[in-house]
Amino acid sequence: MIDLLATRYYYLVTFLLLGVGAYMMIGNRNLVKKVIGMNIFQTGIFLFFIAAAYLEGASPPVLTAEAPHVSPLPHVLILTAIVVGVSLTAVALGLIVRIYADYGTLDAEVLWEVRHDD
Amino acid sequence: MIDGLSGTMIVLVAVSALGVLSYARAAGPRSNPFYAAYLLLVAGLTGMSVTGDLFNLYVFLEITGLAAYVLVASDDSGRSAIAALRYLLIGTVGASLFLLGIGYAYIATGTLNMGDLATQIAEVGYTATLVQAAFAFVVVGLFIKVAIFPLHTWQPEAYASAPDSVSALISALVSTVSAYALVRVVYTAFTADFLEANPLAADLLGAAAAVSIVAGSLLAVAQSEVKRMLAYSSVAQFGLVVAAASLVNETAMIGAVVHLVGHALMKGSLFLAAGVVATATGARTVSEYDGLVDRLPVGAGAFGVLALAMVGVPPTLGFVGKWYIALGAVESGSWVLVVVIVASTLLTLAYFARLVERMFFRDPATALADEVGVAASEDEAEVVADGSDLGATDGVVTSGSDPATDGGDDAPSTDRVTFGMYAVVVVTAVLAVALGLAVFEYAEFLEPTITRLLTP
Repeated sequence: MIDLLATRYYYLVTFLLLGVGAYMMIGNRNLVKKVIGMNIFQTGIFLFFIAAAYLEGASPPVLTAEAPHVSPLPHVLILTAIVVGVSLTAVALGLIVRIYADYGTLDAEVLWEVRHDD
Repeated sequence: MIDGLSGTMIVLVAVSALGVLSYARAAGPRSNPFYAAYLLLVAGLTGMSVTGDLFNLYVFLEITGLAAYVLVASDDSGRSAIAALRYLLIGTVGASLFLLGIGYAYIATGTLNMGDLATQIAEVGYTATLVQAAFAFVVVGLFIKVAIFPLHTWQPEAYASAPDSVSALISALVSTVSAYALVRVVYTAFTADFLEANPLAADLLGAAAAVSIVAGSLLAVAQSEVKRMLAYSSVAQFGLVVAAASLVNETAMIGAVVHLVGHALMKGSLFLAAGVVATATGARTVSEYDGLVDRLPVGAGAFGVLALAMVGVPPTLGFVGKWYIALGAVESGSWVLVVVIVASTLLTLAYFARLVERMFFRDPATALADEVGVAASEDEAEVVADGSDLGATDGVVTSGSDPATDGGDDAPSTDRVTFGMYAVVVVTAVLAVALGLAVFEYAEFLEPTITRLLTP
């Protein structure tokens, strides 16, 4: 078990990142920090894919390089996922700007109370 | 990879989007960003329907999600911005978990094509931990997108705070196509054999669905805002679809597809009807629907027909879907589910009958209070408290206090409801009844697809 953790520590880091991200999204009152939590959560998944493609001692996926290649497909997938993540962050920050302009606060609990006084 | 199932979804997306567009032309939002997001949403949904590749499915899921977040926020209020942000955060977690599941499936098999996955997963073994983990993450991720009970928290506020046309579009299509994606991934990629080899997975699917049916219905009964009530009703109806899909039974599967289409049509037009009512009379809460038939006969009539169709009064579309699902549950011998389905029909009746009774058999509370000068009922306090629609409510009071007024045409705010808006709602109400009669032929058309889906 310890041996497994020592050689596959990046999977441990993946789930650590997922946990930190999820906790930030749930536990943090600040909306911007919730969005940062969302980004950390996604980063955990990016790491998961990249780690899965990694091969000890393999060469980059170029035709002229020697035989065992690192799998290029997960990299391409994650490139797409990063683009998706960036656009999500942009939309989220845009919404936060509007919320701040309307309510003058980014505190989720204050917003909750304000909404219930409406 | 177009079969009867994805073809159905494409037609549904196209028809619903067209219907909502003709409504939105008059009711707004009319801004260019709205139309841009609308087109993006339709593109994403169509992509989800036609794709045969897991990662493409993820990308289209996110495109659909992004467009939906933007559309929810297209109302300029702070409330909708908060609802959209909440939708965005929870929806992103859902899509990310789905992506994680894809990662597991890819590591286990080395492929992303759904048809290829079916054979590869069979080779790896259905009880391999990687395959089971992939299934769990994919299903939980899609549950968030479909809004199954404990993961539904983004949905009611998003539907309730969005503009009416957007609520209709999203409620009719986004969760529906996500549920289609769930069926597609579970049956085409993991196949029915996976559910057979992992009975716990099928049981958990069914249990989650049953909890969703009961909890969604109970929460719907507790709502005072009509659009929130409709939103919680969706949680229950999608529970029904997932329950049918978990049975691995042809009849139930046909029921799931029929109910998926029927729910999309009926719930979408219920939101449009609620929009017509709100535009004409300003009524947005259950208590404000008192005596609606006097103020707005066509709107109340269409709403009533759609509500009864949703409950499942024969021969409507809602009845046939539930009938197939219940029949499939009986065939599979899962009696718990039969009980839940019957109970859900009663609960659906509970929250829709309440509205229908108020619309057709009660005197309008606002007008009464205005004439007598006292608060006629405890509902009055709510009506007054809802200050945002004050202008529209005034119009109602004027029209109601004049005893000669007949129908909603004389109220000053009514002219904002155009003929086109009425036409869309009435046509869909008629369709909800008429299509119920055409289901048997549709079921025959669907049967080869379902057979192929269930026996890989």
